[in-house]
Amino acid sequence: MSEKILCLITANTEGSLDKATLECLGLASKLKSDGSAELVVGCIGKEPAEGISNCGADKYLVVSGEAFEASRYSTDIVAAQALLESAGSTVVIAPSSSRIQRFISGLAARANGAVDTHVTGIDTEDGRLTATRWFYRQRIESKISRKEVRPWIMSVESGCAAAIELGDSVSWEAISDLEIATNTTVKTIEATSGGDQTIRPDSDLLFVAGAGWTKKQADNSVKADKAAALILDFINRRKASLGSSKSMVDLGSEGQAVLPFLTHLHQIGQTGATPRHLKGLATCCHGEEPHAVGWRFIKERRAINMDANCGWAHGKADVLYVADAFEVMEKVNEKL
Amino acid sequence: MPNVYHIVVCGSIVPDPLQTLEPVESPAGPSLKNEMMLPAVLDPWASHALYEAAELVKKCPGSKVWLVSVAPKAKLQQVMMNIAQKVPFELVAVEGASSGFMEAAGTANALATAIDGIADLDKSRLLLFGGWESASRGAGAVMQMLGEKLHVTEQFQGVDVLEVGDDDQFLIKERIEGGSYQVNETSGCPVLLGWATGNLPEPKNNPQVGMLNMRTVMPALQRATKADITTGDVDYKSVSLPKQKRETRVEKNMSADAIADEIVTWLNE
Repeated sequence: MSEKILCLITANTEGSLDKATLECLGLASKLKSDGSAELVVGCIGKEPAEGISNCGADKYLVVSGEAFEASRYSTDIVAAQALLESAGSTVVIAPSSSRIQRFISGLAARANGAVDTHVTGIDTEDGRLTATRWFYRQRIESKISRKEVRPWIMSVESGCAAAIELGDSVSWEAISDLEIATNTTVKTIEATSGGDQTIRPDSDLLFVAGAGWTKKQADNSVKADKAAALILDFINRRKASLGSSKSMVDLGSEGQAVLPFLTHLHQIGQTGATPRHLKGLATCCHGEEPHAVGWRFIKERRAINMDANCGWAHGKADVLYVADAFEVMEKVNEKL
Repeated sequence: MPNVYHIVVCGSIVPDPLQTLEPVESPAGPSLKNEMMLPAVLDPWASHALYEAAELVKKCPGSKVWLVSVAPKAKLQQVMMNIAQKVPFELVAVEGASSGFMEAAGTANALATAIDGIADLDKSRLLLFGGWESASRGAGAVMQMLGEKLHVTEQFQGVDVLEVGDDDQFLIKERIEGGSYQVNETSGCPVLLGWATGNLPEPKNNPQVGMLNMRTVMPALQRATKADITTGDVDYKSVSLPKQKRETRVEKNMSADAIADEIVTWLNE
């Protein structure tokens, strides 16, 4: 394989690297050991404080400075373009963070290259790179290669490669004097759930609350307040990540009874997120296909629903408990 | 005095999410079985972008919305029968493949050409809207590429909130990791926003809006130019449905206490 690889990463304002970045470096390192011609690591934002010598790169480039610490398109794309031109790479891989995702396709347009995002695996076959990615919101899987267009730019999902172990610090070569023009100021980072963190991407457990929680129960009353208390209690005890079905979050915009901490950001499925957790527990949710596609990367799945014939029963969950979620979750919380 | 904006919403059609999808080989590359027969909808995130655009027009009188769509004409016409009843817009149609297997750059080129061809569009007042991803390719690539082609470098993705202040000051909230928003301020047009879900419900069908829109939709469909959208240089090694199907154990007669015990044991494994 004669590809020259640029592993494009970003560091936060403290100079630390997150899990997805270390995994991407791990993947880049593997590709180098598979026989790529060269590996360059290019960092935007700040020179990483952590030692990443174990990735075995031939060169480390950084674009830093106050203007590049902020996560925004107009400056990040200038930095990425400079790193790519300096590295002269034919393949770029980067973690699928919100920061990278914002500009990586624009980078492909500037570099007259091609882009594939949300890649779930990169391998070498017969001396050529292949990438695995999904179409139609995780409903169709494909393995692809690119015949001619270079640079081939890819963002890689978290959880698809082993992270590198931190090692010795490396020597970073700075690229400076870049011309930037921006009208955008990043003001702040804002939590969306009234201060409670309920979305935890690094948790091992996804807990999905479906619309049934706010429907009339057996005694013909709506118990949204009790549902909210039970769910939050569970989420906080277990440090689980909270998700929801589309119908549940849509209730809010339609003015119906809702769980106050749920937003569209909690939505899992075809028009929501496709999170990666080891386990998933769905409650009061029917497991229809548009929702269940968001569970594509959840390995162990259980569901609690009153309908024995719901979508979960048809090969989408490992276990379906036909029961009242209020009663079960109350007991679960007692036992946790 | 409210600002006046020219809002271009880019959005294509996708199979109705409730349809079963099966990939097949075709001379043009991978496609969906009976693709032309599958009921279609306007891409969900593009729909949100359209509703947000219409809401902004209400707040900024004199503004206007164009919906630019690359899709097979017959399918687009069907989808317009529904979408045209939602909010007022002027359709700019381009006849071309809307399959998720087609190359994003081709779609971006076709959209850029179509937008450049809008006669009364003032690009100094341009707000370029679209979905942050699609339910077909799902890559989030087209809007960024389109922005580059139209020299729009103030770009935002995963947008849920846009607040417009005086003198073209915009407050924009983008989704980032961990269920948080990055809050940005930007000034001046043009600006590109890749919308997530926003905060508006789907508008109810309004036959009067539908009749008004259809007067321009049908001529727009007749005028639609053709774009050659292909799979580019992608070599599809395999295209398949995920094979994972679970043997579901359905427990109908367990007590709540016994279920809780089992769940807690599972959670602690």
